[in-house]
Amino acid sequence: MLKFIALRLLQGVLVLLGIYAVTFVLVAATPGSPFSSERAIAPEILAQIEAFYGYDKPLGERFITSLGNVLQGEFGPSAVYANRTVTQIIGESFPISLTLGSISLLLALLLGIPAGILAAVKRNTWLDYVPMSVSMAGICLPTFVMGPLLALVFGLILQWLPVAGWYGPEFMILPATTLGLYYAAYFARLTRGGMLEMLNQDWVRTARAKGVKESTIIWKHCLKGGLIPAITFLGPALAGIISGSFVVETIFQIPGLGQWFVRAALNRDDFLVLGLTVLFAAMIVLMNLLVDIVQVALNPRLKYD
Amino acid sequence: MPLLEVNDLTTYFHTRDGVVRAVEGVSFSLERGETLGIVGESGSGKSVTCYSLMRLIPEPPGRIERGTAMFEGHDLLQMSQKELRKVRGNGIGMIFQDPMTSLNPYLRISTQLIEALQTHRDIDKKAALHKAIEALEEVGIPGASKRVFSYPHEFSGGMRQRVMIAMALITEPALLIADEPTTALDVTVQAQIMDIIKQRQNDLGTAVILVTHDLGVVAGSCDKVLVMYGGREMESGSVEQIFYRPRHPYTRSLQKTIPSLQTKGQELYTIPGLPPDVSKPIHGCAFFPRCPYPKTDKAEGASPELEEIEPGHCWSACGFCDSSTPIESVLAKAGEVAEDGVPASAGEPA
Repeated sequence: MLKFIALRLLQGVLVLLGIYAVTFVLVAATPGSPFSSERAIAPEILAQIEAFYGYDKPLGERFITSLGNVLQGEFGPSAVYANRTVTQIIGESFPISLTLGSISLLLALLLGIPAGILAAVKRNTWLDYVPMSVSMAGICLPTFVMGPLLALVFGLILQWLPVAGWYGPEFMILPATTLGLYYAAYFARLTRGGMLEMLNQDWVRTARAKGVKESTIIWKHCLKGGLIPAITFLGPALAGIISGSFVVETIFQIPGLGQWFVRAALNRDDFLVLGLTVLFAAMIVLMNLLVDIVQVALNPRLKYD
Repeated sequence: MPLLEVNDLTTYFHTRDGVVRAVEGVSFSLERGETLGIVGESGSGKSVTCYSLMRLIPEPPGRIERGTAMFEGHDLLQMSQKELRKVRGNGIGMIFQDPMTSLNPYLRISTQLIEALQTHRDIDKKAALHKAIEALEEVGIPGASKRVFSYPHEFSGGMRQRVMIAMALITEPALLIADEPTTALDVTVQAQIMDIIKQRQNDLGTAVILVTHDLGVVAGSCDKVLVMYGGREMESGSVEQIFYRPRHPYTRSLQKTIPSLQTKGQELYTIPGLPPDVSKPIHGCAFFPRCPYPKTDKAEGASPELEEIEPGHCWSACGFCDSSTPIESVLAKAGEVAEDGVPASAGEPA
């Protein structure tokens, strides 16, 4: 198992290197530069700025330098926010997205998985139809509809919760609900599908023929296999949810990581784009590894190799 | 009192396309230690009969319409789910057709083996495990004390069926229902599995209901036989009665299809036509459309009654045909007609 993890981590590092290289080339190939602005800048000043950020050097040299910095944990200065480094920006905003994401995910799992199990066990009854219709609506309603809707009802009409900002636990409720409900809907549907597949297996009939209780059949015989689709989805979902959602963070004015993805691209903030891309890729690599480990733990027919 | 007495068991499936009459008024009884073979073609209602007894048919769409099944004095068909759970795996064990899918791939063999014990007996895990290892040894699994902790995918099909047998018999039930236990297995393994079932039956004094379409297996290991067709009972009796003095044209046709009883080099006999569509009501004898026997002038449509022709030997007395002549001469006659240019398959549905 350790060998498997080490190998996968090594693969992950190679993947990240590849992603870094491709992103670097793409960013460099994009027309314009981070330093061009509507205001005319004197050519000698521009040359100085470019020299400061290393843009006067050939592309190959720039790549080597920046890669060297990255390996030391520094993505470089932000090309737009002059006195902040990329690492600082990520360091400030990532914990916020991580907190919001974790709460949302917890909510999604606690809501979605029990709903999915219930729907599968009570299939074709109202206990199936109601949660499944709600989850279908949850998937179809984008967060930019759900978010303002929740803000309108609970923030403006009922005046129970703050609608914007990030100053304490009560500020987390609406954005976490918006994000959580969306993922809960997916988990519910995936869990229902997985559980239904398990409940229709021949071995369930065998268990019944042994006089095993229905509850034992669900928990002991079906849950492991039934959760596999949801867990497969969990990997990429986890990476996406904790690295912040641009939409939710913009709606609720949260200074998280999600907004930076868009702002960095719009501002042509080269180093920030690189830093965020690598961070997001690293998260996907790690989460997928985690999911694979959980899969092997759940399914005895899978082996590490 | 017989161990199991089934009377007028009727199971329908109410599907969107209509009512499928899977089992229609089947009756039989079984003494302790006895073996009953249920034979018939695919779709004749053999398996549904067994699942109905265990109440394992999916409800809905399935429904047991009427009948009684008295097991040790209690009607299985009237039991509550709670009472039923006490019988399943305890009084009645069951083995299924496909050992590849009948064991849970996510759980260890040990977990699945001791489950029935833990459910029905007051036994600690260690003692249960000990019994599980013993049970595996008794069905001939080498290295049982180690292999008990394996997962099902680490076993071959034959080995898995052995595990199924060990699992079904671990609580020493009075009745074992074996639904085509050898159909999905390799021919060489089939005989081994049948031997194990017979041997364990002798050790424990278990009664067995053996569903099969292998008449050879029935002749070799059953006391009684129930011949089913189109969800109905065609003929029933002791092995001797059914094999030496068959009365119903269907039983005779079925026997005629046993390859080893036919002359070498001759084309194998098959019953012309297809099994009846049980989603439509059947009037009269279910076998009538495929019956090779010459028809009498008695009207088609009257339901045949079960008639006891000797003690314990019943047949569905159709009366539309003169079934006193042996099938060989009937077929020979039909063959002559065929050579004259008239189709031999009289009675085959268009």
